[in-house]
Amino acid sequence: MGRVSVAPIEIERTESEQAPFEVPSPDVPWVTIVHNDPVNLMSYVTYVFQAYFGYPKDKAHRLMMDVHNKGRAAVSSGTREEMERDVQAMHGYGLWATLQQDR
Amino acid sequence: MAGYFEAAPGGGAAIALDEVEISILRSLAVQLLELIGPGPGGEGEGEQDPLAGLMADGPSAPPSDPALARLFPSAYSDPEKEEDEQAKAASAEFRRYTENDLRARKRDDALGVVRSLDRLTPAGDGGAVLRLDAEQSQRWLGALNDLRLTIGTRLEVSDDEADDLFRLPDSDPRKPMVLAYLWLGGLQESLVETLM
Repeated sequence: MGRVSVAPIEIERTESEQAPFEVPSPDVPWVTIVHNDPVNLMSYVTYVFQAYFGYPKDKAHRLMMDVHNKGRAAVSSGTREEMERDVQAMHGYGLWATLQQDR
Repeated sequence: MAGYFEAAPGGGAAIALDEVEISILRSLAVQLLELIGPGPGGEGEGEQDPLAGLMADGPSAPPSDPALARLFPSAYSDPEKEEDEQAKAASAEFRRYTENDLRARKRDDALGVVRSLDRLTPAGDGGAVLRLDAEQSQRWLGALNDLRLTIGTRLEVSDDEADDLFRLPDSDPRKPMVLAYLWLGGLQESLVETLM
């Protein structure tokens, strides 16, 4: 007469507890904003958007023009952790960047 | 005549620099190093546990020097809004975990500039051709940008193209810095072009 293991039930429960990660709640995404400054060269800002984000040249150029003309542009979006990484990278390149929730 | 970077055959970039240009670039890069300062446990206190430096938290308050504040901005401070307590706390936290790394990177870039200038073998007239590989080009690009941000902040450069700064009489004490700023802009612009 073998014992009936309770392990499978435990596994069931663990899986159901993990379910929320598979279907994330509709969190408001975060965005990385790059701000205009009078020093950074337009060509350099375009280069950074291409080199770091891998954006094609026309998209990188359009974002740079938004920064230049409108004073700011949202250049990437995602989780808060991802945007902190992007902001840190932008600061590394010397671009003035902040992150915020995209309301 | 001011030289500019050109793409080198086989990758990288090259520029002919005269003796004065080499000396100005070196001096500016050293000043940038002094401004950025040593890393945690980096100076004068003898042998330190290298782990202590790695584990050390960075500062939580923004630098008071405007040039440093521009090099190390607050990550959660929207310039168009008044900073609330929540944003302030988030910026402080972000700074604590990132500023040391950021300072280290900027220091390495500036050091890279000094080292590549020191490796030059000047010709009889003191000039030399500086050749950068892809990695050195990145370091130079970063350092040239940091220098321009620093000098631009000191000079209070504005977006206005009619800025009086660019029409100063020769007697103005800011004039040499403005000329250096414009020259560095030309260098950076030409270096970017080699990378595009």
